[in-house]
Amino acid sequence: MNLDDALDTFVIESRELLENMEAALLQIEQSPDDADLINAIFRAAHTIKGSAGLFGQDHLVTFTHSAENVLDQVRGGHLAISGELVAVFLGVCDHIGTLVDCVAEKRPIPEEAQARSVELIQRLKAVSGEATPAPTTTSQLVEHVAPEAACVREGGGEGVETGNWHISLRFNPDVLKNGMDPVSFIRYLGTFGRIVSIVTLTDALPGIAEFDPEDCYLGFEINYETEADKAAIEAAFEFVRDDARIRILPPHSLVDEYLALIQSFPEEDLRLGEILIRCGTLTRHELERALETQTQARDDGADAQRIGEVLVAQNLVQPAVVEAALQKQKQVKENKTGDASLIRVNADKLDEHINLIGELIIASAGINLAAQKSGQPDLLEAASLLNRLVENIRDSALQLRMVQIGATFNKFQRVVRDVSREIGKDIRLEISGADTELDKTVVEKIGDPLTHLVRNSMDHGIEPADVRLAAGKPAHGTLRLNAYHDSGSIVIEVSDDGGGLNKARILAKAIDRGLIKPDQVLTDDEIHGLIFEPGFSTAAQINNLSGRGVGMDVVRRNIIALRGSVEIESEEGIGATMRIRLPLTLAIIDGFLVEVGNSSFVVPLEMVVECVELTEAEIAASQGRDQLDLRGEVLPFIRLRDLFEIDEPARAHNDQRHSTGAEEDLATVLQPVKRENVVVVNYAGHRAGLVVDNLQGEYQTVIRPLGAVFSGLQGISGFTILGTGMVALILDVPGLVKRVARQETQTHPPARALPA
Amino acid sequence: MSDHTPESPTLAVCGEFNIFTAAAMKEQLMTTLAANPAGHDIDIDLSDVTDIDTAGIQLMLMAKREAATQGKTLRFVRHSDAVLDLFDLCDLASHFGDPVLIRSQTRGPHES
Repeated sequence: MNLDDALDTFVIESRELLENMEAALLQIEQSPDDADLINAIFRAAHTIKGSAGLFGQDHLVTFTHSAENVLDQVRGGHLAISGELVAVFLGVCDHIGTLVDCVAEKRPIPEEAQARSVELIQRLKAVSGEATPAPTTTSQLVEHVAPEAACVREGGGEGVETGNWHISLRFNPDVLKNGMDPVSFIRYLGTFGRIVSIVTLTDALPGIAEFDPEDCYLGFEINYETEADKAAIEAAFEFVRDDARIRILPPHSLVDEYLALIQSFPEEDLRLGEILIRCGTLTRHELERALETQTQARDDGADAQRIGEVLVAQNLVQPAVVEAALQKQKQVKENKTGDASLIRVNADKLDEHINLIGELIIASAGINLAAQKSGQPDLLEAASLLNRLVENIRDSALQLRMVQIGATFNKFQRVVRDVSREIGKDIRLEISGADTELDKTVVEKIGDPLTHLVRNSMDHGIEPADVRLAAGKPAHGTLRLNAYHDSGSIVIEVSDDGGGLNKARILAKAIDRGLIKPDQVLTDDEIHGLIFEPGFSTAAQINNLSGRGVGMDVVRRNIIALRGSVEIESEEGIGATMRIRLPLTLAIIDGFLVEVGNSSFVVPLEMVVECVELTEAEIAASQGRDQLDLRGEVLPFIRLRDLFEIDEPARAHNDQRHSTGAEEDLATVLQPVKRENVVVVNYAGHRAGLVVDNLQGEYQTVIRPLGAVFSGLQGISGFTILGTGMVALILDVPGLVKRVARQETQTHPPARALPA
Repeated sequence: MSDHTPESPTLAVCGEFNIFTAAAMKEQLMTTLAANPAGHDIDIDLSDVTDIDTAGIQLMLMAKREAATQGKTLRFVRHSDAVLDLFDLCDLASHFGDPVLIRSQTRGPHES
């Protein structure tokens, strides 16, 4: 059993719950009476608290508990939803996230986070008024967990004592019909011992319609002190043994009996910590002692032990008991995921699966080739069928990695809310196309650029309310997020109904920064594109949003790194739309296949600008420098043959010498003695030429990563396998472009003049 | 049962409140709940309950909960000794939250 796995599950689950909680909080401002939303928020807090208790995260438990108290008041209708309340809870939500992060990274809660906890608890108390019962110690958790079951504690309420028996009773519905009264058995217990505490479980009571007055729905948990032996207690329940599930746990009980108890719990949402406490396996003292040991271990620098491990180590519970509780948790989880008809799959497994399908594609291409060579109709038919199926499998496998962009969009509800308060503008977010799907890796990487675009639109795009009213627009600004598919790519739009881009100001700024010459004539698109230049900002004032050192140039660079592009459509006074275009998946690219000697290379098609012929005249003109004159501009180039040290191939026309004379002439015409091509590539504004022998044209490629052995290799970013079974290397264009720039400065430090 | 004042409870349970009367009692409780509109207070007099068992107690729990979901206030009043005994045994007094007369005997019956 690995408790680390369980902890990971806890972290993942908590983050999901926090997302739900945040979404519900943002929604509840609009519909404060929606009981479902209140319940969703409450449930999230409650579940996190319960799970945190199980891992001994007492700080998290304490903090979440305070939040839950206030939520409980809201749920009970004692406290109304207000903007202030939502604001506090958004803070609480973030803070729980921080605490969960600490748990995930297995580090102690830093002091500032602890201070923040205290501050937030104070604010929670403030919003909920004086009436808030704000228990802040772990020990009070126990009572809150089972609010329906306030324990009676005779003898001064000193808590559950060790050495007591624990009796769990769950009666079958028929017990009453069989002429037995459950409470009479409990009453009988009082004759030879003392009921220290009793909890009546009413969870199973159905609604009035389903309620059969002659069925029994009650259960009892009893903490019992007696001098009698087990046989005597068992005898008390002799008559009801067939009509109830009875678990009697003697003091310092056997492992199997604890095990059976936990497994026999019908209550679904009980978590390990709660189960251990509630079933009397542990007293509060034992739990606290275990917590102390855990803290000490952490302070001593030893590996932080999970609560379960600590308990096992101290022989307080046997490993099997903890396992049983975890098993129970797992069952609950499986039920939950089953409801949503979703399964959680490890991303690595999925990648491996897609890798295998890549292999399958290559293998089937090989079979196709062999079938065509053989010319057997049967084989050809089988091969084409196989081919079609493989294509279907590839499509569905890539589909598996697809996720809806809605979750990413919904996060912006919060961003828009926070930022609009911060900058004092009333801005609403409208989302459309949330069900548009794209590759998971792309989704993960698009968050930051998108955030920046959204903030940029809110900060610079949408005008203050007075300006808007003067322009005849509604006082509140509207920000739209939209996504749709467009010919193999996904388009994400961030649009606002603000003032649009101020062309005059952009031009003035660009001239000021020396980005363009004063007399340069630019199209609208070119002017808009200027805001993506490094060092460009028209923000008149530096505030929290601008001046973070993350400019629009970084946005564009990030998007280009995803092999995407960004464009702006703007109409002054009406609004602006930023349009991001991304490939649907990162696993497949459109490549440009080139040949050098017998080797094949793939250049990502997006980076190819043009292809030109490298003539003898140009080589002569370059005077030995690896540069050529491309319509008056200097273009440094790299000879891939030299870079990868590829042998000169046996000349094609030499081979063909032995063929007929007519073909020989034709071959000489088609294959001049030395004919090379330059593929002009562009990356991040830098251009470079790649000198190759042959251009093969466009080629859709499944990118395969290189093995660890080749990780230090420069100029290559991956490989792919061609239908013939040949390997083609994918060129690392950004790396090559950088290399060109470097070489140039090394070999010709001062002289950068154009060749004559 | 028509005019409701604090002095005249909406429903009085007499005699046995156990498995033998449970079916009839459920009908009575349902009728009473249905007869009173939301916002109304329903008092149920338990002073003449001579015997109560699990069936009775879970009827009470169910009625209390059902009334709450319907937005009605249902109170059990004037608990007889039999009822109080069972309350003590199962620690349910706080669960119901109805005012209960404090008896001279302060210790639980299971102590005897």
